[in-house]
Amino acid sequence: MNIRFAVNGREVSVETDAETRLLDVLREDLHLTGTKEGCGEGECGACTVLLDGLPVNSCLIPAPQVEGREVLTIEGLADGHRLHPLQAAFVEQGAVQCGFCTPGFVLSAYALLRSNSAPTDEEILTALEGNLCRCTGYGKIVSAVRTAAERMRESP
Amino acid sequence: MNEAPATLIGTAIARPDAVDKVRGEARFVDDLAFPGMLHAAVVRSPHPHARILGIHAEAARSMPGVVVVLTAADVPGENIVHVIVDDQPALAADVVRYIGEPVALVAAETRRAARAAVDAVRVDYEPLPFVASPLAALEPDAPQVAVPSAAEGGNLFNRMVLVKGDVDGTFAVADVVVEGTYETGYQEHAYLETQGMIAVPDGLGAIAIYGSMQCPFYVQNAVAKVLGLPLAKVRVVAAATGGAFGGKEDVPSLLGSLAALLSSATRRPVKLVLDREEDVLTTSKRHPSRVFYRTAARADGTLLAIDVDIVLNAGAYQTLSSAVLWRSLVTAAGPYRVPNVRVVARSVATNTVPNGAFRGFGSPQVIFPHESQIDLVAERLGIDRVEIRRRNVLHSGDRTSTDHLVRDSVGIAETLDRAAELADWTARLERAATYNRASRETKRGVGVACVLYGVGLGGKAPFLDKAGATIKLEPDGSIAVAIGTVEIGQGLTTAVLQVAAEGLGVPIDRIHLSPVDTSRVPDSGPTVASRGTMMSALAVLDAAGRLRERIERVAKAHRIAKREIAQRLPEIARFFWLENFDPAVEGWASTEPVSWDPATGLGDVYPVYAYATHIAEVEVNVDTGEAHVVDYVAVHDSGRILNRVLASGQVEGGVAQGIGFALMETIEEKDGRLIVNGLTTYRLPTIRDVPLAAAVDFVEALFPAGPFGMKGIGEVPVMAAHAAVARAVAHATGRNPTRYPLDPPRIKSLLGEKP
Repeated sequence: MNIRFAVNGREVSVETDAETRLLDVLREDLHLTGTKEGCGEGECGACTVLLDGLPVNSCLIPAPQVEGREVLTIEGLADGHRLHPLQAAFVEQGAVQCGFCTPGFVLSAYALLRSNSAPTDEEILTALEGNLCRCTGYGKIVSAVRTAAERMRESP
Repeated sequence: MNEAPATLIGTAIARPDAVDKVRGEARFVDDLAFPGMLHAAVVRSPHPHARILGIHAEAARSMPGVVVVLTAADVPGENIVHVIVDDQPALAADVVRYIGEPVALVAAETRRAARAAVDAVRVDYEPLPFVASPLAALEPDAPQVAVPSAAEGGNLFNRMVLVKGDVDGTFAVADVVVEGTYETGYQEHAYLETQGMIAVPDGLGAIAIYGSMQCPFYVQNAVAKVLGLPLAKVRVVAAATGGAFGGKEDVPSLLGSLAALLSSATRRPVKLVLDREEDVLTTSKRHPSRVFYRTAARADGTLLAIDVDIVLNAGAYQTLSSAVLWRSLVTAAGPYRVPNVRVVARSVATNTVPNGAFRGFGSPQVIFPHESQIDLVAERLGIDRVEIRRRNVLHSGDRTSTDHLVRDSVGIAETLDRAAELADWTARLERAATYNRASRETKRGVGVACVLYGVGLGGKAPFLDKAGATIKLEPDGSIAVAIGTVEIGQGLTTAVLQVAAEGLGVPIDRIHLSPVDTSRVPDSGPTVASRGTMMSALAVLDAAGRLRERIERVAKAHRIAKREIAQRLPEIARFFWLENFDPAVEGWASTEPVSWDPATGLGDVYPVYAYATHIAEVEVNVDTGEAHVVDYVAVHDSGRILNRVLASGQVEGGVAQGIGFALMETIEEKDGRLIVNGLTTYRLPTIRDVPLAAAVDFVEALFPAGPFGMKGIGEVPVMAAHAAVARAVAHATGRNPTRYPLDPPRIKSLLGEKP
């Protein structure tokens, strides 16, 4: 079957089937490999993308379900060479180690900050509790989200 | 070591690889593709122990998209995955020894086709008696698991001893003796990126391997052996590696060999990437252990003797077990002066997945006991737990349990004092006691743990402790650096760039460090044992020193002052090019001599030791049995800290893994089968399970032979963390836990025991 949807603001059309996951369409058909497969069972959050503005595990979404909808992947976040403030904060705060979980964390945090420009720590934890990181111990990730939120409030 | 002022050293510059990673542009192995690339899948044994009677692959071969199906008969070189002892086949030929052992390989045009074909390969087995428990495997009538040439006898892979002083005589006269038997289970690395390798024909009969790995030179050796190729025709390139923690030390040698076999047979690129379930079920883990530990002390708390018996479950093949066991042996006494020592350590073959390296490498299994035992001694004698450690930790001029006289860089006492200060130890104990008097449902507990870690590979494998580097001054004044140890997330790239900039006296943004390619540098050993940064930094400094001399000579000839070199490097580089000077330099590093006598276990077993003290505070719910870490202090001596943000990142990540090991992570085994299917059933610490405001600090007892005085850090945090947490649970519950994980059922059963 053919599906049409928008990725990072661009209309795409992909030949696929009902067994194919959104994750596979992104990685294999569209070569958007920034979305990672960590577990394939919705536990780790490495494959997080935004579907119509809300974070989802793309490994759990059958491709046909995105017909006519909007998907944002990590490749759509930076403005050309300029990093999004969240990305910049992850770099500066040491929130990145191996980097495999990073795109998922950045997108989960992005979804949070879109709807809540001044999250409490508790709200940050709730937004990120579906993302696993095995390297950092999470502390610097929380710092990065706090830092980015502050900066985005100062210069929206 | 270097005349340049150490201005960059210790600076928390941001890691350059982070930019690609936050943009989703870092290329991990599954992000790579080559024209004509096939996808591999592995036919694996469903039996813990069985004879292979026949493999029927005709149906699979005729399926759409399937290009080839291979078995052991198709291996062109030696059917061996070379790690330490050559007992593990790439593909089982006659007998399978664990569930998940590779039996046949499929390459197909798509991943889906490859996986479908796996189900169509029919293997006839004759099940054999099996044994999954190491103690049962040591019984005289146990099924023979170990390949006989790989064992000392029966299923005993290795037995090692450490004997010093008069242990029995000391126990007979000691004021206090405490003992316990401690058990730990599996810990899964759970790197977020599963394992994967791509083998690609590299022209002129050579092969290139790209993948997720810690040890490119191990992979090079393994692939050469299995294909029967000279090493020069095997080139291994490390892709961005999504976490490793020891799990990508030896396993990539197996997976690289499998991908290489398929590529060689098809003459096409072949990608083998494990899915999570396959990764969890079939790759190495932390060795389950049983440790009996007896401690003798004087009435003032001075440790006098230890008597330790260690059993590790090695799994079906040797892989790294002898090296892991060795570290258990020489670390058993911890960072304490113990004059009389007897340790017997055994690794045992069982019909389970081969266990291997996991951050700490055999030491957490003895640290849980040694930290529990010193607390028991303190309790018996009424001595404070920090104080008893203060009375026993090593100082410069003391001898370790292996009789190693340590002089340089012995910072354990400072870590203990600093941690106690940061934690406000005495007041914290009082606050916990006050809290506990008022609270029935939840109890607070505080634990402290001290550890020692021998940096590098030590006396068991001194030939591996070396590293190379090349530095090339390009004609435009930029600098290309190549090294042989791998960025696996730990921050090695950044730290090595800082050292290179310092050694060359040029701005760091002029220098580029490329991913490891075995064709560019000599065998630099593995990226393990907290050695990667230290060894490559030493090799880079060696090269940088000589290139700097050349640069200064050329500068002088052209009347460029030394202080102008950094700024005018492009001009100088142009003179190199115009005047045909050699702009490339090779650097080399090897560690100071180490020694180890297998008969006694004694020797100067490591060039240097890193140390740490951690203090954890937990809250235990006595109704549910849940334990939660509420506050944390970690102080490390890893010599000079090259980059504080990276180093504290290593500490915080290790603490999370230690919390997981102590409180939640485990895999049950039944009839040789691991009861786990992925991250749904293997629970990892989430953002809610860790202390987000941990206090992390460093005391820097400089190591004179290290780059700018640094030693290693990577493994140490997890080693201390699990013990600090376990001892905090002990304090909160008033019981002595002897088994991990301290999950709710176990804590409830602990609370049901008599104090």
